[in-house]
Amino acid sequence: MSQSMKSASTTIVPFDIHWKPLLECATLEVFELMAGVKLELSASVTENSGPQQTAMVGMAGALCGMTTVRCSVGTAGKLASLMLGGDAGSNPATARDALGELCNMIAGNFKAKVNTLADHCMLSVPTVITGSGYSLDAAEPSETIDVTLAFESECICISLITHT
Amino acid sequence: MRKLKILIVDDSSVMRKIVERALRQAGLDLGEVLEASNGAEALVAVEKGGMDMVLSDINMPVMDGLEFLKNLRDVACAKGLPVVMISTEGSEARVVEALSLGARGYLRKPFTPEQIKERVVPLLGDPQ
Repeated sequence: MSQSMKSASTTIVPFDIHWKPLLECATLEVFELMAGVKLELSASVTENSGPQQTAMVGMAGALCGMTTVRCSVGTAGKLASLMLGGDAGSNPATARDALGELCNMIAGNFKAKVNTLADHCMLSVPTVITGSGYSLDAAEPSETIDVTLAFESECICISLITHT
Repeated sequence: MRKLKILIVDDSSVMRKIVERALRQAGLDLGEVLEASNGAEALVAVEKGGMDMVLSDINMPVMDGLEFLKNLRDVACAKGLPVVMISTEGSEARVVEALSLGARGYLRKPFTPEQIKERVVPLLGDPQ
């Protein structure tokens, strides 16, 4: 067993509403560094049109839950093109992969900003689901922090869901 | 002077392309750029010899980056081969573990091309 896995089984870190600005900062940094876009936080959630894509990265150890990134399929493709150049995002597999990696980096960047989580929380490899009219429900009890970004005329929703 | 032969290991093809682009932006004269999607595939590639550097993710299916480092110690032609870990797992414990297993450098995602230049380029000797 690795050193990090052993330490991950120690103290559970309680949910903290003060994590929201840290999640916002972690998210903005990832989009700026990896996609080259300076996005702005949005106070409202606009309903995206068409099929949606949700990337999920599980978190275990001191924090049990997941980080998700949800946007339209079209936005996921545009983000992939920004990350790789050209029209790379027109390939659906590439767009899914890119969204999963963005989610992975947001989760990692967030936990790196919380001292009590950095060494004691493990991340799963990303999973991406695509479809229309689905909902994502966490097991109760849970707490959620939502961050919404405006991207062109749509929104990108990032959620940190913790099981308490 | 021959061009560099680099192996990029990541289960995400998007990240492999981003790392390759960052290496080129850092000014590296890349020749052959090989890709592997996990540690097991990476070992097969390294065993063929001639590699100048490996850049590897940690969290991967089949064989993760830390297991890859452990197994790499048994590969004769990998002696002195610089390996840089590039991962979202930037915790101190993970960095220490990777360095103790033989990694020569560590970069946390998201990274900038400047960080690639500062931490990766110095590990490459002049290829003859």
